[in-house]
Amino acid sequence: MSTLRHVPEPLSAAGAMRVITLRNYTTYKRYWKLFATGFLEPVFYLFSIGIGVGQLIDSFEFNGQQVSYAAFVAPAMLATSAFNGALLDSTYNVFFKLKYDKLYDQMLATPLTTADVARSEILWGQLRGAVYGAAFLLVMTAMGLVQSWWAVLALPAAVLIGFAFSAVCMGLTTFMKSFQDFDKITLAQLPMFLFSATFFPVSAYGDGLLRWVVEVTPLYRGVVLCRELTTGALSWASAWSVVYLVVMGLLGLLLVRRRLDTLLLT
Amino acid sequence: MISARGLRKSFGDFEAVKGIDVEVRRGEAFGFLGPNGAGKSSTMRMIAAVSPVSGGELRILGMDPAVDGPAIRARLGVCPQEDTLDNELNVFDNLYIYGRYFGIDRATCRERSEELLEFAQLTEKAKARVEDLSGGMKRRLTIARSLINRPDLLLLDEPTTGLDPQARHVLWDQLFRLKHAGVTLVITTHYMDEAEQLCDRLVVMDKGLIAAEGSPRELIAQHSTREVAELRFGVGEHDGLAERILDLGQRVEVLPDRLLVYSDDGEEVLSQVHTRGLQPLATLVRRSSLEDVFLRLTGRTLVD
Repeated sequence: MSTLRHVPEPLSAAGAMRVITLRNYTTYKRYWKLFATGFLEPVFYLFSIGIGVGQLIDSFEFNGQQVSYAAFVAPAMLATSAFNGALLDSTYNVFFKLKYDKLYDQMLATPLTTADVARSEILWGQLRGAVYGAAFLLVMTAMGLVQSWWAVLALPAAVLIGFAFSAVCMGLTTFMKSFQDFDKITLAQLPMFLFSATFFPVSAYGDGLLRWVVEVTPLYRGVVLCRELTTGALSWASAWSVVYLVVMGLLGLLLVRRRLDTLLLT
Repeated sequence: MISARGLRKSFGDFEAVKGIDVEVRRGEAFGFLGPNGAGKSSTMRMIAAVSPVSGGELRILGMDPAVDGPAIRARLGVCPQEDTLDNELNVFDNLYIYGRYFGIDRATCRERSEELLEFAQLTEKAKARVEDLSGGMKRRLTIARSLINRPDLLLLDEPTTGLDPQARHVLWDQLFRLKHAGVTLVITTHYMDEAEQLCDRLVVMDKGLIAAEGSPRELIAQHSTREVAELRFGVGEHDGLAERILDLGQRVEVLPDRLLVYSDDGEEVLSQVHTRGLQPLATLVRRSSLEDVFLRLTGRTLVD
């Protein structure tokens, strides 16, 4: 049964990620305008609320350090833009590829596997997110909103936030039946964006149950992580946040792979 | 190339494939024939190593799809029933990037993509968007794409469904060329003429089982007569008239719109019909085809 012809070995995990990324990059060249809007969103928020509204607010204390309101809001915008970007990419875009474009069916007819597809799609979202994050950090630095060298780590932190949300949301997307189901995502997205200590400190919730609820939500962990890094006021909360987000992302990745198996390899 | 023993596929309570034995040899064109829902596509998906086997044994190129899925798929070409092209890539990139999924290096991929564009007669459309192609062009591109890895085994699920007659002939010609080049073809179709043209051997599937197996000619010889006389009478008259001509052929099939009389001499049947004072609105004598075999075996025409 063997042939003399040379058949290339199926790609390694890294090789598969590279070719699927090549595919995504090739398609994306057409959509560079979309790329620009993704960058501008957090910048607009920073200018309108951080700096605009911030003029009405005195500087205040964060983890024992004095920070201006703009310097308080800016890292939250870094975190939430990673969050919003990840959501957009891993819900609408993935749903479209899964149900309408049948893109993953095409890939799975080749030696690629569902694990390759899951990893690569999530990687793609993070590559995009990293470019946005880096650009936003530069804006923050230029405006004097970065107070510590720890801020260098805010970029990987933003990517980590994106990874955690991409993985989980892509997993959830595999359960969606129609575009109407995405209302549920929006329903969770907006309150998380507004109430994860993005625009005001978590102490505003008092010391009760509400504060505890906010503190265990993933976006809050991300916001605090970025804020501690750009202000340099690090605490153990950062370590917890990193562990939290890594675990969340890995669980999501596992879910995605399982779900792609059940959906596509029937 | 393919060997299946007691192969089964179930989806929950529903059994799509109920235990089939199939043997496909190197270099032949093998067909799965059957109406919609016969289990052809489920079988094809198992052979393509994208659908786990529910029971029985399946070996593709000597390997077990449950263990060696990627290694099997590396040597398969798959042309699915619906054109699943990458709509976000242009025509050339659809070939090039797909080739890269197989781990084929850049230069080889580029070279083969050019060749395949030529083969699919799409060289002028290289930079076009997939959405702008006609149905026939998309089909040719899908087939070209399935050849990017120079497969040993090419799986074609309903390759010409939805194509106009001219496009079908172009495609058949291309499939003949591949066969001559030594590629093993596995085809599902519900077009009898296609199966007769393309397949060396075929199985007729019905309700998840194999109803018959052989070359098109063997099947016709075994399950039908040499000729068929088709008689069309007025609306609603067919059932009643069938009884009056039952003895004229070896078998009479009553369809909603006509009667089929199976006999080795169709002209003789016609003259007998006239002698008995019956006046059909239209008549036709033709050779038996796979369609008749199919009708005999499944009790159904293929129009569904």
